Amino acid sequence: MQFLTYLVRGISLGSVYALIALGYTMVYGIAKMLNFAHGDVIMVGGYVVFFAFCKNGFNPWISVLIAMGACMLLGITIERVAYKPLRGTPSLAVLITAIGVSYFLQNGAMLLWKSDPKSFSSIVGINGLNLFGGKLQISAETIVTIITSIVIMIVLMWFVKKTKPGHAMQAVSEDRGAAQLMGINVNGIISLTFAIGSALAAIAGALLLSSYPTLMPTTGAMPGIKAFTAAVFGGIGSIPGAFLGGILLGIIENLSKAYISTQLSDAIVFLVLIVILLVRPTGLLGKKTTVKV
Amino acid sequence: MGELLKVENLNVYYGSIHAIKDISFHVNEGEIVTMIGANGAGKTTTMHAISGLKKIRSGNIHYEDKLISKMDAYKIVSLGLAQCPEGRRVFSGLTVQENLELGAYARKDGREAIQDDFDMVFDLLPRLKERRNQMAGTLSGGEQQMLAIGRALMSKPKMLLLDEPSMGLSPLLVKEVFKTIVNVNKAGVTVLLVEQNAKMALNIADRGYVIETGNITMEGKASDLASDPKVRQAYLGGVKKKGLACLPLFMYDNPRLDEYRYRNRDSRRFT
Repeated sequence: MQFLTYLVRGISLGSVYALIALGYTMVYGIAKMLNFAHGDVIMVGGYVVFFAFCKNGFNPWISVLIAMGACMLLGITIERVAYKPLRGTPSLAVLITAIGVSYFLQNGAMLLWKSDPKSFSSIVGINGLNLFGGKLQISAETIVTIITSIVIMIVLMWFVKKTKPGHAMQAVSEDRGAAQLMGINVNGIISLTFAIGSALAAIAGALLLSSYPTLMPTTGAMPGIKAFTAAVFGGIGSIPGAFLGGILLGIIENLSKAYISTQLSDAIVFLVLIVILLVRPTGLLGKKTTVKV
Repeated sequence: MGELLKVENLNVYYGSIHAIKDISFHVNEGEIVTMIGANGAGKTTTMHAISGLKKIRSGNIHYEDKLISKMDAYKIVSLGLAQCPEGRRVFSGLTVQENLELGAYARKDGREAIQDDFDMVFDLLPRLKERRNQMAGTLSGGEQQMLAIGRALMSKPKMLLLDEPSMGLSPLLVKEVFKTIVNVNKAGVTVLLVEQNAKMALNIADRGYVIETGNITMEGKASDLASDPKVRQAYLGGVKKKGLACLPLFMYDNPRLDEYRYRNRDSRRFT
């Protein structure tokens, strides 16, 4: 029964990673860049929810919607200001810029909202589940997080596979030049991708902080890196891959915390990543990239 | 029959390399005009300049009396000027049907009109109909070329730019592709055809231009060019093939490769 408890907690943490990883993987898949500032967008989303919901008592749904809107704007602005001028430059330049943006957001948050931790209250208003006569407790946050991440993954897959803008996204991902020749506004599609990714980050922020209620300017950094690991683990660019990677990473992290060592759990997570990448360099569900001459 | 496309004093650079040197040409409505030339002569660069994929340094490009040389590539498509790019560049992860739908991406004239064009494309290229639910990446080279042409036609163009549609195809397929081009033209689409296969191109074209290292060196009626001794010698098999002729065609003339090489000229040693 203990094992089940750890497993459920792992899946819960993993769902948060999955939500963040979905944003990473979308942006990577379409814009072909690693947006290392993604974790910090989560933090900003967290602060917006904090001020709307915890401080001013807005309805949780409305608070999250406000945070989504704010993060969308932030994501589009970051893309326009920092990444767009670098289109066509080596990917290293974009990568370093993304790290710069990440520091900018963290320090900006520190200036605006001070570095002292704020305690977040859960946005989930329902009760948890008690199973097996109270032996297995599943918190409401866990249930909501898991369901949300599954729903979002399915919606995203449907969006990319079945809708017109989704097809345009796939076209931009494959060949930007040819996409333009179809009349697709590539910049618009990339902005849309950033908007979606950032809106997901806001949801992830609200759910992350509902389970782990300490909010600081650096709150997004570690989950951001973990989620990036999850995205690579599952095969970056793949939507179900990001989900699977996130869930597995959460489970591995929680089980190693429980059975091996709390201090070593992060090391074990990254060790698993290294092993997976050695055996399957494209990640669990990653597409084989064939190099065309 | 007015001028549909008019290019005046076009100059294009790759960094400091002067790729297109002050060329001017035009295409009349209803014509098939071909531009022939060797590898690296600047054919594809000219195409990309027209469709907006490559920024030009100076000059004017008019389409239907609109200045399009400063327009974004994606806006040019909705004016009715479609390009079928070199190397086909179909979206391999999407199905044939989805590729064709993307061809109609910029259209706003309603589902029915688009459905009519689906029928038209499937009539013209029946093979695509059989394979409509297949991933484009699994098609053969010839089928991919047909798909690329069909995809361009789905934007309902008044004018179609075709960049080396015969590249990498067997002689039989080349014939089929050219037959399709003639049919497309008969359906009322003006065609600008860039080709290395000068013989076939001059065969179906009304007029032609010969481009050499970024300059237009000859122009005239296609039949005149085809009988011109200089053209015959340079492009119609009058010259013996050099030793490297066995390399695949795309290795000679691929502006994406050139651009890539150029862009990475400094960073190369790190990679």
